[in-house]
Amino acid sequence: MGRYVIRRLLQMIPVFFGATLLIFLMVNVMGDPIAGLCGDRKCDPATAAQLKKEFGLDKPVWQQYVTYMGNVFTGDFGTAFNGQKVTELMGTAFPVTVRLTLVAIVFEIVIGISLGVLTGLRRGRPIDTTVLILTLVVISVPTFVTGLLLQLLLGVEWGVIKPSVSSEATVDELIVPGLVLASVSLAYVTRLTRTSIAENRRADYVRTAVAKGLPRRRVVLRHLLRNSLIPVVTFIGTDVGALMGGAIVTERIFNIHGVGFQLYQGILRQSTQTVVGFVTVLVLVFLAANLIVDLLYAVLDPRIRYA
Amino acid sequence: MRGATHAKWAACAAAVALAATACGGGSGGGDGSGVVGSSWGDPQNPLEPANTNEVQGGKVLDMIFRGLKRYDPKTGEAKDMVAESIETKDSQTYTVKVKDGWKFSNGEAVTSKSFVDAWNYGAHLKNNQKGAYFFGYIEGYDKVHPEKGDPSADTLSGLKVVDARTFTVKLSQKFSTWPETLGYPAFAPLPKAFFDDRAAWLAKPVGNGPYSIKSYQKGSKMELRKWDGYSGDDKAQNGGVDLKVYTDNSIAYNDLMAGNLDLVDDVPAAQLRNVKNDLGDRYINTPAGIIQTLSFPFYDSKWTRPGMEKVRKGLSMAINRQQITETIFQKTRTPAKDWTSPVLGEDGGYSKSLCGDACDYDAAQAKKLVQEGGGIPGGTLKISYNADTGSHKEWVDAVCNSINKALGNNRSCVGNSIGTFADFRSQASQQKLDGAWRAGWQMDYPLIQNFLQPVYYTDAPSNDGKYNSKEFDALVDKANAETDTGKAVSTFQDAEKVLAKDMAAIPLWYQNGSAGYSDRVSDVSLNQFSVPVYAEIKVN
Repeated sequence: MGRYVIRRLLQMIPVFFGATLLIFLMVNVMGDPIAGLCGDRKCDPATAAQLKKEFGLDKPVWQQYVTYMGNVFTGDFGTAFNGQKVTELMGTAFPVTVRLTLVAIVFEIVIGISLGVLTGLRRGRPIDTTVLILTLVVISVPTFVTGLLLQLLLGVEWGVIKPSVSSEATVDELIVPGLVLASVSLAYVTRLTRTSIAENRRADYVRTAVAKGLPRRRVVLRHLLRNSLIPVVTFIGTDVGALMGGAIVTERIFNIHGVGFQLYQGILRQSTQTVVGFVTVLVLVFLAANLIVDLLYAVLDPRIRYA
Repeated sequence: MRGATHAKWAACAAAVALAATACGGGSGGGDGSGVVGSSWGDPQNPLEPANTNEVQGGKVLDMIFRGLKRYDPKTGEAKDMVAESIETKDSQTYTVKVKDGWKFSNGEAVTSKSFVDAWNYGAHLKNNQKGAYFFGYIEGYDKVHPEKGDPSADTLSGLKVVDARTFTVKLSQKFSTWPETLGYPAFAPLPKAFFDDRAAWLAKPVGNGPYSIKSYQKGSKMELRKWDGYSGDDKAQNGGVDLKVYTDNSIAYNDLMAGNLDLVDDVPAAQLRNVKNDLGDRYINTPAGIIQTLSFPFYDSKWTRPGMEKVRKGLSMAINRQQITETIFQKTRTPAKDWTSPVLGEDGGYSKSLCGDACDYDAAQAKKLVQEGGGIPGGTLKISYNADTGSHKEWVDAVCNSINKALGNNRSCVGNSIGTFADFRSQASQQKLDGAWRAGWQMDYPLIQNFLQPVYYTDAPSNDGKYNSKEFDALVDKANAETDTGKAVSTFQDAEKVLAKDMAAIPLWYQNGSAGYSDRVSDVSLNQFSVPVYAEIKVN
């Protein structure tokens, strides 16, 4: 187990460098960011040169990358164009997005898995068909449509929620945005669970458990569900990263000042430091989530053991 | 009805002044303590006076700072604020006297040193201030802000503190309207606290304006409260303003409709169709000092050969400004008639006739002129714009359509989108664009000089197209040296006539400021910079 984890951690290193380098290059080919800072007028050349020097933009790209990575390892993610430390931006943005992601994940787990179990056990019945149609609708409608519609109906027309989330972004304010963010994944979780449950229902061990006279609840939860969760856990695990990065649309709709907001601003203003910094952390989140998923397999299915 | 509101406002102001009692419509927050919730955008640069060059940061500076002069929100006239007097004999050396008794909200007195230090800071190269060029007229600027190399002086030699309330300014050239530029936020005074601990000051800026900052969460919210120690006569009529950062103005609009916000100072284009229904007379659409033009690459010999002025004039006549401003912009733009803005007023140099028939749509004449001038270089006019903000694609396509139709050729004009604003600006400012590009000019101060000199003077900072005309330059120099304001303005207009003759840039339209507000507030208006006059807003 320990060796497996170490091997996986070592594998992360090239992925990490590759991903950050790619982002670094992508932001850099977009052109000269300083020109945008001065608005519709031209920066005076002396100030522009001075700014470039301050942000290290006067050096060749590879040198910028090396310096940047060197700084990252000392915990210095650089300064955004508005004079704020990128770490400071992260400190305000990540807690908000993590909260939003957690709300979304809870929705995925609670609603997605319950619906999946329900439909998996009642395959072909009206409830199964209804849920299947519903999930199809949710999957096919883009998130921004669902988001804008809910915002307009619940927020503006009926006044149930506030159309925009306040800067504190408390959990109760994040419920609707979280639901919107979770919606597509939730539908997938439902379908995955349903298929997996329906498949395993006819498995020998389930028949054995039923034959042993175990209570139905125990059969479903301990035996059937536990074995059916492997694909679902894989999905949810990788989804954590996707949700954090993909929150950009939901965050924009509901005016949530999280990672998506900062990334959006960073891209618009071509602030290399902000974009690379945030993406670096997101890459780490992705990698960690993947590792955790792999380790969870062993918990769910004792036959999977990492030597 | 509007008159009635104003009368009430005046009466209330008088009552406040006399008895220092509250005044209002009776119930609720009508006692002047109500807080206005307003939309905001994340300022692009740190909030320093000389480093702020966009509306969002400027909005805050206008609330927490008062400079020597202030532009009257209604007329745009530069009136003395902190200045008691600004005197000159030769339009080059000025003696500034600061009013007594002004304070910063941390208790420090506003003295002549507050100004001199702030200006020296703003001008110095090592401080990276994006508005440093505002101090470019002051003698010694080339020493503290050389075009190349390190500064050879730390302070501007043209600035001298005489005593606590007096300082002198020596300019490097005659500039008769210079005092009127001093209303720009870059010229604001800075307290000692700024120089002692800049980081702390930036976290919570302290100024001498009608509001002080109660809390500032960067990137999301700023709470400003009425400052009772304020010395000016434009005291805040409300208890404060909460500025909330929105990523998208349509969310702000939704919040306004849902009653969570009082003021949106940028109505989203998609809502312009409904805004009259939604808000009625709580929708404001007034001219601002912004003009949009099409610029041309004068650095490219194809565009400077004889006869090209006819082509440019023809292209100008091929654009149906009336139709585009009505259908695409829902009348939030006004077809341009000159190279300035109506907010200057006739006395300030705005003219309805300067562009003449060259700004009127006339397809037949347009085609004729373009042909006479030898046709569009390369056969196709490429109009570059940035695609990330401002929905420029729509109107560029419309302009091209109009040109194509007028010239009877579907390939006369195409739009050329560039991904980000930064990239667009970097290509424009490095003379890498061929064909035309969209250009916008938002005035720094309501002076005709500001619409002409920085944009069309030879090698001026915003002359991206490298337009050059000796005749124009000479007239601008002459106008600047003119001591009589009326004469200066008319000489500037003569210079503008040179632009008209050369069609140095095609004037498209003047941009309006648009805002909407809830029924919880009243007396909302926009100044010439399309920024709400926050201090005058009353919470009912």
